[in-house]
Amino acid sequence: MRYSGLAGGHRYSFDSLAVLMGAATPARSGDELAGCAAASAAERAAAQRALAEVPLGRFLDEDVIDRDTDDVTRLILAGHDPKAFEPVSTMSVGQFRDWLLSVSARPDGAAVLAALKWGLTPEMVAAVSKLMTVGDMIAVSSAIDVVTSFRSTVGLPGTLATRLQPNDPTDDPAGVAAVCIDGLLMGSGDAVVGVNPASDNPRTVHQLLDLLDEIRTGAQIPTQTCVLTHVTTTIDLIEAGAPVDLVFQSIAGTQAANEGFGVTIEMLREAEQAAHELHRGTVGDNVMYFETGQGSALSADAHHGVGGVPVDQQTLEARAYGLAREFSPLILNTVVGFIGPEYLYDGRQIIRAGIEDNFCGRLLGVPMGVDVCYTNHAEADADDMSTLLTLLVAARTGYVICVPGTDDIMLGYQSLSFHDVLTARRVAGLRPAPEFDAWLSQVGLLDESGRVRESVTPASLSALAARSLAA
Amino acid sequence: MSSVNGVSGGQMGGGGGGQAAASLWERVRAATPSRVGLGRRGDSLPTSALLDLREAHAVARDAIHLPLDVERLRAEAMACPELAGLGEPLLVRSRAIDRSAYLRRPDLGRRLDLACRIGEVFPGSASSGSASSGTESRGSGSSAADSSGSESSGSEFSDGDAGAGASLPGLAIVIADGLSTAAVAAHGVPMAQALVAELSADFRLAPLTIAGQARVAIGDEIGAALGVDEVIVLIGERPGLSVSDSLGGYLTHSPQVGRRDSERNCVSNIRPGGLSYRVAAATLARLARGAMELGRSGVTLKDTGGQIETMSRAELPPA
Repeated sequence: MRYSGLAGGHRYSFDSLAVLMGAATPARSGDELAGCAAASAAERAAAQRALAEVPLGRFLDEDVIDRDTDDVTRLILAGHDPKAFEPVSTMSVGQFRDWLLSVSARPDGAAVLAALKWGLTPEMVAAVSKLMTVGDMIAVSSAIDVVTSFRSTVGLPGTLATRLQPNDPTDDPAGVAAVCIDGLLMGSGDAVVGVNPASDNPRTVHQLLDLLDEIRTGAQIPTQTCVLTHVTTTIDLIEAGAPVDLVFQSIAGTQAANEGFGVTIEMLREAEQAAHELHRGTVGDNVMYFETGQGSALSADAHHGVGGVPVDQQTLEARAYGLAREFSPLILNTVVGFIGPEYLYDGRQIIRAGIEDNFCGRLLGVPMGVDVCYTNHAEADADDMSTLLTLLVAARTGYVICVPGTDDIMLGYQSLSFHDVLTARRVAGLRPAPEFDAWLSQVGLLDESGRVRESVTPASLSALAARSLAA
Repeated sequence: MSSVNGVSGGQMGGGGGGQAAASLWERVRAATPSRVGLGRRGDSLPTSALLDLREAHAVARDAIHLPLDVERLRAEAMACPELAGLGEPLLVRSRAIDRSAYLRRPDLGRRLDLACRIGEVFPGSASSGSASSGTESRGSGSSAADSSGSESSGSEFSDGDAGAGASLPGLAIVIADGLSTAAVAAHGVPMAQALVAELSADFRLAPLTIAGQARVAIGDEIGAALGVDEVIVLIGERPGLSVSDSLGGYLTHSPQVGRRDSERNCVSNIRPGGLSYRVAAATLARLARGAMELGRSGVTLKDTGGQIETMSRAELPPA
């Protein structure tokens, strides 16, 4: 269908919903690279006017990515619940924005929004985000509850959890253990203790799984561990008896991009079932962990929509959440600043994208976290990360990723430090996941006010150091 | 300090703590190059740790953004007998007009600027060279017309023995700035020199090419234009906080525009303290010979003699 909108006295027209979505997206380098960005600021404004007029129901009829060739689209449409959709079914995208902001300000906002989630498609959610400011998205995100659990509970009001990311360039067990000790002593690791292995070798991955499990059980820490390797490797390791808590996989918003990752919907179903059958969760059974990021489809040249046109990276990212929620994940994080300046050029673009991703995911009912991060070739720095973290805390993101001193020496980028989260929790009055909080208290790491003490080492972590580190 | 619930006291970040804690932190720091045990001021980093991070970021930023001194690199190459023997270096640039365009548009960094024309060095070599004219179709005679004298000098680049050299496969070495001009400035010429020593017995070597605002794939177009069978691109890798001058080496067999990253073999972390020039050059040379035997480079080519990494699916290319 053809759409048009007025701006600056000119009428701009857009050949399809996919084209309109691209032109309406706030500026970012990835859409310019893909060739779907508005050619001018006025064209973008006109596209946003046109998008505001599109009925939400239109998204059920006109595909952005063709349902005949894309299994993510088919999954999204199959999962759509017309009854849940009913309260907003006659609205346009612009009216939907107004309604979301009104509902979010009401005392029953969380319940209304929770009931809506299976009535929304990722494309509807992406569309409304394009009409919103960062402040609008925070207003709505913060009214949404998304709570999941395994051995700890992530996403409860008043909490901010963390992934402790003890990566090591050579997968050295002592190096991984040392970072775990550093992070645990600063109250980190309640969402997951998760290693990106340098090697995909199944033996190495198995050794790391054993190491993390030994650390967790040795210190009786109520959290879950994960080695972020390919889903097929994890399925094999489950069969081999490895201690797998969570199954990890990178996913994207198109079938073609997922094929680039070597993953299918069927594989994810198989993995979820295999992990469930281990019954390792204590307080819940959310067993999946996903990572996503704007630009991943484009980087795989898998970003083309109906009519072969390039689709904007933010819409594709929201579609990845549409895929993820089918598997009831414990956690999902966007790696927002990791993918590079050709997708998100500077701090401003990274910040907006982080808030968009958190908003879209939460509105779809996905337990969102964010890797608040940047690479050295992006026009961004630690100040941008402080800003994004502060905004995400206001937007009630479930968890963030932490490394020692912001420096991930294995992946070669900067994320948040353990310190950053201590500060964010104290300033916003947030606590870790309750089970982990109780553990921190029990081992003497919390003072009376709930702040992590500076100068104590629980016996269990001293023992871990004695076992794992050279004298 | 008191002991509560099995908790022993100790000052984090060094100084003033009990002996057990001090020894714990010594062991934690010794076990990893990560920035562990930094200590706290309130909930934040101590000033010294923060300034360390800012310095590391500044050095990385400079490694990316300070312009490559091409003239100095050229002079350095000419001062090196092995490289001077290949002839005057070819200086080219990509279609990315500046660093900002380079960072935003990887596609532009992969293509030669239209003003940079390279003639065939080895006409009649196995891979038929084409002019660097991009996607536009030009006359079939264009490469010869553009060779600007290099055709006659081709034999000069064949390791001094024109008769024997003529039957050897052709190979071009490209030094590309990539994401670290600091890496290229520090290691480009000595690494190229080490490569020439490893390769000259088995390949006819084209003149060294120095490419600005360039990504790995620019070697495809350069190699095709030079008419060589293989190209090795030495390129600055994306700087991290701890290392900002690391060089990568990428081998591509039968270079031509459109080669995929899975058709290359990569040796990374070339720098003092990482992979030495000598080991990296020997590895790349083994790969280059192996690719000639196999008839292709990439994921199906394995090096059994040393440290080799083919690019993994999840890994973004460094440039």
